[in-house]
Amino acid sequence: MIIRTKVNGVSREYDVRPDEYLVDTLRNNGLVSVRRGCDTTSCGICTILLDGKPVPSCSYLSCRAEGHEITTVEGIQDEAALLADCFGHEGADQCGFCNPAMALTAYAMKRELKNPTDDEIRAYLVGNLCRCSGYVAQHRAIKAYLEVE
Amino acid sequence: MKHVNKVRPSVDGKGLMMGKPGYTDDLAEVNSLIVKVLRSPHPHARIIKIDKDKALALDGVECVLTHEDFKRIPITRAGQGYPEPSPHDKFILDDRVRHVGDEVAAVAAIDKETAEKALELLEVEYELLEPVLDFEKAKGNKSVIHPEPEIHEMFPIGLKPEENVAASYSMHVGDVDRTMSECEVILEKSFYTQAQAHTMMEPHTANARIDYQGRLVIYSSTQTPFHVRRILSQALEYPLNRIRVIKPRIGGGYGGKQCLHGEFLIAAVTLRTGKPSKIVYTRKEVYESTFSRHPMRIDVKLGAMKDGTLKGIDVNVLSDTGAYGEHALTVFMVAGSKVLPLYNKVDSVRFTGDIVYTNHTPAGAFRGYGAIQGNYALESAVDMLCEKLGVDPVEFRQKNMIKEGETSPIFEIMGEGTEGTAMVMESCKLEYCVDRGLELIGWKDKYPRKVMKNGKIRGVGMGIAMQGSGIPYIDMGSAMIKMNDDGFFNLMVGATEIGQGSDTILGQIAAESIGVEPDKVVVYSSDSDLTPFDTGAYASSTTYISGNAVKRAADKMREMIIEEGAKALEMPVSETDFDGETIKAGGKEMTLAELSNRLYYNEDQKQLAAVESYVGTKSPPPFMAGFAEVEIDPGTGKVVLVDYAAVVDCGTTINPALARVQVEGGLVQGIGMAMYENVVYSSKGGFITNNMMNYRIPTRKEITDIQVEFADSYEPSGPYGAKSVGEIGIDTPPAAITNAIYNAVGVRIMELPVTPEKVLMGMLKKEKENG
Repeated sequence: MIIRTKVNGVSREYDVRPDEYLVDTLRNNGLVSVRRGCDTTSCGICTILLDGKPVPSCSYLSCRAEGHEITTVEGIQDEAALLADCFGHEGADQCGFCNPAMALTAYAMKRELKNPTDDEIRAYLVGNLCRCSGYVAQHRAIKAYLEVE
Repeated sequence: MKHVNKVRPSVDGKGLMMGKPGYTDDLAEVNSLIVKVLRSPHPHARIIKIDKDKALALDGVECVLTHEDFKRIPITRAGQGYPEPSPHDKFILDDRVRHVGDEVAAVAAIDKETAEKALELLEVEYELLEPVLDFEKAKGNKSVIHPEPEIHEMFPIGLKPEENVAASYSMHVGDVDRTMSECEVILEKSFYTQAQAHTMMEPHTANARIDYQGRLVIYSSTQTPFHVRRILSQALEYPLNRIRVIKPRIGGGYGGKQCLHGEFLIAAVTLRTGKPSKIVYTRKEVYESTFSRHPMRIDVKLGAMKDGTLKGIDVNVLSDTGAYGEHALTVFMVAGSKVLPLYNKVDSVRFTGDIVYTNHTPAGAFRGYGAIQGNYALESAVDMLCEKLGVDPVEFRQKNMIKEGETSPIFEIMGEGTEGTAMVMESCKLEYCVDRGLELIGWKDKYPRKVMKNGKIRGVGMGIAMQGSGIPYIDMGSAMIKMNDDGFFNLMVGATEIGQGSDTILGQIAAESIGVEPDKVVVYSSDSDLTPFDTGAYASSTTYISGNAVKRAADKMREMIIEEGAKALEMPVSETDFDGETIKAGGKEMTLAELSNRLYYNEDQKQLAAVESYVGTKSPPPFMAGFAEVEIDPGTGKVVLVDYAAVVDCGTTINPALARVQVEGGLVQGIGMAMYENVVYSSKGGFITNNMMNYRIPTRKEITDIQVEFADSYEPSGPYGAKSVGEIGIDTPPAAITNAIYNAVGVRIMELPVTPEKVLMGMLKKEKENG
């Protein structure tokens, strides 16, 4: 079936199977920054923004994306670069596999929350697992990106 | 130093954050056949028959492989130095399955849906065999897991397959029984550690293609690309010189990718079909069908005098290697060799035990590599001994632990699978680490416990640890540096960047030694055709071993630059200097860009390139002291980790930010092992924790405060004074946290992980005992 969406600001049509998930549609169409980590919507690596809100694309049927706006990290390059600078300063990059999803979620949080507390930041990002960093360096970096004390 | 011991952003972090393709599956050929594996639902069975006709008849299926398609060549999947200290007990596919998730057959099809449908069409007839699911009943069990005649060891490791023993070991220093008989106080306890799953974010992934020279090109998410090439060649009897293994960017490993998994099948599919193929493990496969940490029972006996002098240590370990013996002996040995020397003043030590086969998912390499298990047992036992002696556990450690300038006979006796190497601790700031950690956690005011206003109880506990820096005389790293026109450099290393930052820190070492800015050094790692050899990213070897190789190559490059500069300036070498941009001699000067352009385009034309390698003659241990503060709810037994302070001696930190996060990340994996993570099987051998919902790793809600500091330390044999730092962070949390729990509520956790139930039941039992 054909779905019409806007991906990173550009109108796109995709031919998808009824049981296909958005992670596969996007990945198969060249957006390889969208990755699968767990298959059970537990790790957050497949996160994309759907109409600006973080959504795990591994459990979102592609056909449901009809008429919606999808943003991947390719669509927020300047923000990702800003966050990358903060990560780089803290050594928080590590394996990087989860970082495009982290950039999308952090960007969504930046737009949604004003001056979030430590606990609010952790709560917003709790679905983005990381096995390398131990979280604390990421937390320092994300606070720098959000420009909060 | 200009570029070493300096925070620099990693060379690749920004590009990866911005979504640039870099990981194995990002680089698969677009039209790759999808390889899927039929896996055993039984923990132990013989395959009577596999009917593949229906699957083969399905449109879009290109290839179905069963054990009948492979010659029986026993291998080990462990990525280790060759000959390996692991038994050769695995076939690519076999007529016997030995754990739930073991490979039965593989299909390759044009897409995922067809491949999955083909798996359903495979008809397999099994003869169910009695599974061995209790590792304490494995040795000598009538159900033998490896009866096959081909199984063998590469050198004596104590393999006795007829008894389900993958390896055995025994060592002693002095007469332990005599020491114990002379001791005033004896403590004897058994501890159990669980299987822990690596849960790296990128699943095991590999793809294969035949290139335009007819060579087999493998992209693999591996920590050991050169071992992958060798083992593939042996297993498939395919010439090594026709295989190229490329390790692209890796999404985490922690030891879990120090092995081969999907590589065999995609290589076989591509060789048979001539078409590119790929495999991406599902998360279920990552849990059930790769490796986890060796569960162990560790029996510790300590003997001491009433004045707090530790006299003897006697340790017996039973380790569960699961269905195959990858890393069986070496992980076991590290549970002794990188734990016992912490207390080097004893009269005698004994370390013995068996590593047994069971019908569990195999155990393999995992950060800490036995040291975390051994450390938990020994550092728990030390606290228990101190209570018996009535001495302060911190003072006991300060009195009995290893110090700078000292040694332990264990270093010479125990290596990894072989004998070890004698060494003196030229850098050991453990005393500072303990003192500083006490300050950071606020020990004086908090030890042993405090009852909070809300009724919750806080306690502090601690532990000390050591690891290593590579395996002496076995691990080899090498580096090649070539200068380019316009005066920049390519650094090519076999060392394997897996997310720990090795490309970045090796570039920093090269820049420091050549004397140029780090952005003039372009790093490329781990491509078996293009980069020199390296054993891989394991055993905490990269900073120390590969770093030393890079330093040697870069020093040589600097000498070449000065020599060629002197020639160009027509001055003697002794009067020529290079400041990073300009070569100067006796008032004459020439920029590096000018020199390189002269060398490549104009006069004295030649390529400047330096190749060097390094093999360790010792393995200087990084040390650390870890301090935990916990808060316990006496109503529920729930434990919250309030604070963790870690002070680490890893010599010079090449990049302090990356070193710090290596420690932080290691700590959180150790905290996970202590408090959250547990691989659980059903009573019938089924794998329960096979997804991220019921295998729980720490999230950012549990991890709030972690303090990491480094001791001012310099290891003379390391590059710019560095030791390795990859593993040391993981070792202390199980002991420090369980010691803190004991100090808070008097409950001793003898079996990991800590759960609210265990704590609460312990508290209730204590209450009952006290009437």
